Amino acid sequence: MSFFARRPTGSPGNGKLDAVHSFRSIAYGIFFLADEGFAQSPTNIFDPAATPAHSAFGLSMLVLSITLVIFLIVAGLLLYALIRYRQRTTDSDREPAQIYGSNQIELSWTVIPILIVVMLFLTTTRVILGTQAIPKPDSAMDVTVIGHQYWWEYRYPKLGIVTANELHIPISNPTKPTPTYLTMSSADVSHSFWVPRLAGKTDLIPNRINTMWIDPQQPGLYLGQCAQYCGIQHAKMLLRVYAQSPEDFASWVNQQKKPALQNFIGNAAAMEGQTVFMHNACINCHTVSGTAATGRFGPDLTHLASRDTIASGPILNTPENLRKWIDDPNSMKPGSLMPAMHLNDHDLNVITAYLTQLH
Amino acid sequence: MTPTPVMEAIDETLEPQRGQPPLSVIYEWVTTVDHKKIGLMYIAYALIFLLIGGIEAMLIRIQLWIPNNHFVSPQVFNQLFTMHGTTMVFFVGMPILFGFGNYLVPLMIGARDMAFPRLNAFSFWISAFAGLLLYFSYFGASGLYAAGSAPDVGWFAYAPLTAKVFSPGHSTDYWTLAVFLSGVGSIGTALNIVTTTLCMRCKGMTMNRMPLLVWLYLVMSCLVFVAVSPLTAAQIMLTLDRYVGAHFFDTQAGGSAVLWMHFFWIFGHPEVYVLVLPAFAFVNEIVPVFSRKAIFGYPAMVAASVGIGFISLSVWAHHMFTVGMGAAGNTFFVFATMVISVPTGIKIFNWLATIWGGKVIFAVPMMFCVAFLFQFLIAGLTGIMLSAAPFDWQLSASYFVVAHFHYVLVGSILFAIFAAFYYWYPKVTGRMMSDTLGKWHFWLFLIGFHLTFDFMHVPGMLGMPRRIYTYEAGRGWEMWNLIVGIGAIFQAIGLLCFVYNLFWSYFQGKEAGHDPWDAWTLEWATPSPPPAYNFAIEPTVNSRRPLWDLKHPEDPDSDYEG
Repeated sequence: MSFFARRPTGSPGNGKLDAVHSFRSIAYGIFFLADEGFAQSPTNIFDPAATPAHSAFGLSMLVLSITLVIFLIVAGLLLYALIRYRQRTTDSDREPAQIYGSNQIELSWTVIPILIVVMLFLTTTRVILGTQAIPKPDSAMDVTVIGHQYWWEYRYPKLGIVTANELHIPISNPTKPTPTYLTMSSADVSHSFWVPRLAGKTDLIPNRINTMWIDPQQPGLYLGQCAQYCGIQHAKMLLRVYAQSPEDFASWVNQQKKPALQNFIGNAAAMEGQTVFMHNACINCHTVSGTAATGRFGPDLTHLASRDTIASGPILNTPENLRKWIDDPNSMKPGSLMPAMHLNDHDLNVITAYLTQLH
Repeated sequence: MTPTPVMEAIDETLEPQRGQPPLSVIYEWVTTVDHKKIGLMYIAYALIFLLIGGIEAMLIRIQLWIPNNHFVSPQVFNQLFTMHGTTMVFFVGMPILFGFGNYLVPLMIGARDMAFPRLNAFSFWISAFAGLLLYFSYFGASGLYAAGSAPDVGWFAYAPLTAKVFSPGHSTDYWTLAVFLSGVGSIGTALNIVTTTLCMRCKGMTMNRMPLLVWLYLVMSCLVFVAVSPLTAAQIMLTLDRYVGAHFFDTQAGGSAVLWMHFFWIFGHPEVYVLVLPAFAFVNEIVPVFSRKAIFGYPAMVAASVGIGFISLSVWAHHMFTVGMGAAGNTFFVFATMVISVPTGIKIFNWLATIWGGKVIFAVPMMFCVAFLFQFLIAGLTGIMLSAAPFDWQLSASYFVVAHFHYVLVGSILFAIFAAFYYWYPKVTGRMMSDTLGKWHFWLFLIGFHLTFDFMHVPGMLGMPRRIYTYEAGRGWEMWNLIVGIGAIFQAIGLLCFVYNLFWSYFQGKEAGHDPWDAWTLEWATPSPPPAYNFAIEPTVNSRRPLWDLKHPEDPDSDYEG
């Protein structure tokens, strides 16, 4: 959706209207730039794709129009007063008439804002209640979201799935809604979950449980990122939400429920990589289900190769990137809590071969 | 009672002579308890920090010039925005406004000094020390074992990022202690202003006749008591957490991260009004003088100021709409926040009515005030957007919020401060500031301000969170960040014109005389610069505009004031 619906149209100027026309084309130019800027953004709050974002969008349009009208009236009056009552060279030396106030006028510009405030407040309350205070349907999907410095842990308690950084959810059909309810907390400091096209943000606060829900109706990838400053790599704690059709989601769930592959027949490098992985400190922090690796400090790697990105979003999941990441995470994401393990080239190669097989 | 005529200074030999010749000037300033000298030191100290904070802002904008930039490291960037925010709020905003208050309040109420001159000096020096302490972290924060490191926890330092485990070393302690000490200084000065205002007014100056500036400083100082105290307490609690194992904010031991947010914002929101009320104060004095009319609706202006003071204490959790307060809590704070727009609106309308029917003179102070009026209007309207909680869930912690509060802090408060500089500089130095340089400053800064902060709203609406040291390409943020950066350059050049003007005019400016603006309040009834004792004879006033009465004996204000 494009925020500014009207596209610029060419209007050739002539005669004394030239100035007006050139002014108009400048204005159109600015709007055109703005329009393009908005249209190409995958994180535009004015392009909602789920109910919470839609209701915030509806409210924002109302608030924007009211504030625009107030601005035009007050700024217009101010501008008029400044021009009309400017000092002129023809003025006499006399001071203007001194007016000390007027109860009637002051009462009117107290009462009118109060009426606007009451109207806005009631509308806002309706949207708050519609988002925060509606019952959760039985068909809802539950996901537990745990924020970490600087990545996201996703647990699906009813499905027995644990994954990281790329959230997969089913789309919700308006006639048979399957919204996703996120139960959120943090393992360390405060974070905030913000995918602008799906919903406003909700903070993930340690020692506290927050909830929010999303119900995208179109399949697709929705982007966002952590919105609460959480330390050195706050900037690269990106969010990727994959909304999938019921069939696609079911097949993703089936895949994720399987334990990790352990027999790599005909792939000696991957077999050796598995051994190296299990005999290094990797397993202290990472889980690969069905193996000795049960660490929980870092992301679950059981199906690492099924993800598009590593390092919480900013790096594509290619074998070269993965190898570079394992070699020295801080060269790609300075401040990442994963240490460089000082592996030799051979070990790096085989571990990469192993991890790229974890589909 | 008759109005006081303007008195010339009594013979110079009445000035106290002390100190040894070579160091006498420094000795004089360090030991002074004169409210005017302390006020000027506050202002000078704040201007130095304004330049430092401005340089930090420029470095931030260079880093964000293009996506995935490597101009500074993530850690340095995080330190830059922490230091920028802390510096601008605690070591620029507060001291510069206290400086003006210190200088002007006694003069405007016809007093010879503040109520507690020594407390005044103490408050200044402790605040000045706090600023130095904050910046000493660059050298000393990691102790003897490593190079120093500045705090990098953000200016509101959310727990538990400040806990020992997430913030090792001493950088956070420098932040905590600096903010704590500046709070002590602020409370001292606030106490002084309240006492001075209540007890030291000259003959005839009832509360009902105080200049609006004095009223606003009174409300602002009362707010400082209520707002700064919880912040100071929270700093002590945080230090106990870090060093003796208290667990107020230690979430891993059952403490509460949200408790810190409440402590911080019960300070943080009234703090916005602590900063903006003095800005209103300047506008209240300058707009009438350059419109040649009395302020419209003085009683309503006083009532609105006091009302803002009270309501501002009940809106803090609108900074916390995203922490999961629940529908009831959110609804309450939506209401309180929206209500504050009513007294604020009254102020804007009354300024408009003051201009209406006047003869507006566009001198440099008035130009800054006019820009203030439009920019404050916009800042208020984006504030209404943020007060609608579901809209705020999208906008909070994004660049939209950063743009909004810079519209308040720069577009409103800093513009009013510039207006105040041009307006009272002749009183302080006896010379006018250069008009040409002033206009260059105004236009460059205005263009820069709008390039930077108008366009900064957009990336926020396109999903750009604040406090990120770099951003991904392809989110639609590149162009906006570029424009914002270009605006920063204009602002920097404008600011340099201003600083140059301050020095140039001190030596080369036109002689001002005691009342260059044909103004109406008492500070213009004494020579420029005022003598140490301010007034040779204690003034007597009959109305809110004693010098109007003096200049228009045929039609004095006292006939019209109830």
